[in-house]
Amino acid sequence: MATTAENRPKFRWHIIVFLAPAVLVYTAVMIIPLFGTLQFSLYTTIDNTQHFVGLDNFRTLFGDPRWSDSFWNALGNNAWFFFIHMVVQNPIGILLAALLSHPRLRMSAFYRTTIFIPTILSFVIVGFGWKLILSPIWGIAPSMLDAVGLKSLFAPWLGKEAYALTTLSLISVWQYVGIPMMLIYAALLSIPDEVLEAAECDGITGMSQFWKIKLPLILPSIGIISILTFVANFNAFDLIYSAQGALAGPNYSTDILGTFLYRTFFGFQLQLGDPNMGSTIASAMFFIILAGVSVYLFLIQTRLRRYQF
Amino acid sequence: MKNQILKGMLLASTILVSAGSAFAEDVTLTIESWRNDDLSIWQEKIIPAFEADNPGIKVKFTPSAPAEYNAVLNSKLDAGSAGDLITCRPFDASLSLYDKGHLADLKDLDGMKNFSPVARSGWSTDDASATFCMPMASVIHGFIYNKDAFKEVGVEVPTTEAEFFAALDKIKADGNYIPMAMGTNDQWEAATMGYNNIGPNYWKGEEGRLALIKGDQKLTDEAWVAPYRQLAKWKDYLGDGFEAQTYPDSQNLFTLGRAAIYPAGSWEISGFNKQADFKMGAFYPPVQKAGDECYISDHTDIALGMNAKTKNAEAAKTFLNWVGSSDFASIYANSLPGFFSLSNHDVKMEDALAQDFVSWRGKCKSSIRSTYQILSRGTPNLENETWNASVNAIKGTESPEDAGKRLQDGLASWYKPQQ
Repeated sequence: MATTAENRPKFRWHIIVFLAPAVLVYTAVMIIPLFGTLQFSLYTTIDNTQHFVGLDNFRTLFGDPRWSDSFWNALGNNAWFFFIHMVVQNPIGILLAALLSHPRLRMSAFYRTTIFIPTILSFVIVGFGWKLILSPIWGIAPSMLDAVGLKSLFAPWLGKEAYALTTLSLISVWQYVGIPMMLIYAALLSIPDEVLEAAECDGITGMSQFWKIKLPLILPSIGIISILTFVANFNAFDLIYSAQGALAGPNYSTDILGTFLYRTFFGFQLQLGDPNMGSTIASAMFFIILAGVSVYLFLIQTRLRRYQF
Repeated sequence: MKNQILKGMLLASTILVSAGSAFAEDVTLTIESWRNDDLSIWQEKIIPAFEADNPGIKVKFTPSAPAEYNAVLNSKLDAGSAGDLITCRPFDASLSLYDKGHLADLKDLDGMKNFSPVARSGWSTDDASATFCMPMASVIHGFIYNKDAFKEVGVEVPTTEAEFFAALDKIKADGNYIPMAMGTNDQWEAATMGYNNIGPNYWKGEEGRLALIKGDQKLTDEAWVAPYRQLAKWKDYLGDGFEAQTYPDSQNLFTLGRAAIYPAGSWEISGFNKQADFKMGAFYPPVQKAGDECYISDHTDIALGMNAKTKNAEAAKTFLNWVGSSDFASIYANSLPGFFSLSNHDVKMEDALAQDFVSWRGKCKSSIRSTYQILSRGTPNLENETWNASVNAIKGTESPEDAGKRLQDGLASWYKPQQ
């Protein structure tokens, strides 16, 4: 008997002990509020008491034309915001990383740091700074365009419905382009020299080396960057709020899910906050992000080929 | 046993203390407020003036930060630790305090007789059966202009719309000044200093506002659409790139002397007096035709109420009656030019620009912002929608009729009298 007890693997307490702090903190600040929000979206407030209404709030959000118009407008804007990041931020990030990892580039540490710095700036500084740069009254953008004779190209971009969202997306791209750059840079550096030397022996150099050897090897990193961009963009709020305010002007053309949620949940000016409808929007955002991440994890990531060295 | 003795001693001491204070008649009143900017004015001017007239009552002014005020006040009231006197925000914020039993009804106070029904409307129940705060001050809307610029270009102060646009045309043709300093980036100026500034002339002030609340008028009526039509004409007179111009941009454009006219609220007065080094004047929103009666937006902004659970009700009422007196009105209006007394007293003010503004009360009929009372309780919120519609009208992206229809549909979706 004694021998069998010794042979049986001991219960490994240390795993629970070491995991506990992270699990407890994560549960307290993420999981409980998440379920609280989901639960809140199933209730409504009448005379300061909560009443269970099932999915009525979701019916209002998607069925009532006033709510659904705002919601689809915000979702559409959010999709455009994400699209700009995908076609501008990530290719530029990859390009910069490819240039930086070039062995003969001088001062690469300087460029790397400079390009990364906006990422650590506060969004308030970024929003306010760009608002000033683009200001038609005091901004340097009109006078710089004037200096090269292109004043006619200037427009008050942040104030025009047609341009405001794209302008803000590009500002956000400017701020965060350092992140894909760093991740791809790290992936490029981890490609073993033997692989590249073998390629050179086979006569694959320069651009074709990038397309045929390096790009397939960094595809998993690009996948991760895409999903990070997706989650960050659909949770975005701060830049729009600091540049355009909670009403996301002009005429709601820069309204994304985050600002729509803020306005509904906390209220604005004479509008009193409605925590239940706010939670409903937050839940909808959660499901959208969950769906996006699931599509990536189950359909795309499993098909990506990985190479072991 | 020990506990009993202790309790007895505590009880005795409280009786002694209260007896002592009753004997000395020294009551201390505490005022809750969000106006921490005004702390020195209260401590140096207002409170000493009151204490000199009312020996035995001491007053303490204890403001908190404006953004936190509503939350702090609510929790203090719920906990029973709030001060005796409560500074009131207009309309629904204070109405909900009254409905919860935190504010006392002050309708029968003598001081209340000095205020018109419009002045009291910000702090009355919907049927006006109870008034729970003593009105302190309002802000008046109009236009501030650069006197030097007007002289240089050679335009007179306009009184009718035709004159107004003629003046704007002349300033524009002259080319030295931006005719009007306003932007649409922050949105609220277009509604507050645009729509609700010029609107009362069209919907005849209180008459139209109350008819809208009753459901007798609609936002699609000519009186409510016409202001948008005028706003649409403003576009040509605003500076280049007004679409991205913010509120501080507009203030700076005007005080730097680059713009001739500024659609304003009177709260700008003290700031503009400090910043601008040219002479300024003000004119009320021009009427449609010469001889028309003029209406101004004289918006109720701040008032003082009494905590329903105060132990010093008599002293608090004495103070509130004093707030309704002409002494208080004159001290307050002169210390804070641009915040005008709501009372019927004839208040002498020294600031010339403030005098301009307040003189309109004699010539024109006063009203308040159309969206503030009752009509912004539901979703979609009429005030926020009005910001958006006013901006759209100025930029020309939505026709005045469409804007009116959209707001009417929104209001009718939740407001019974409009259905």
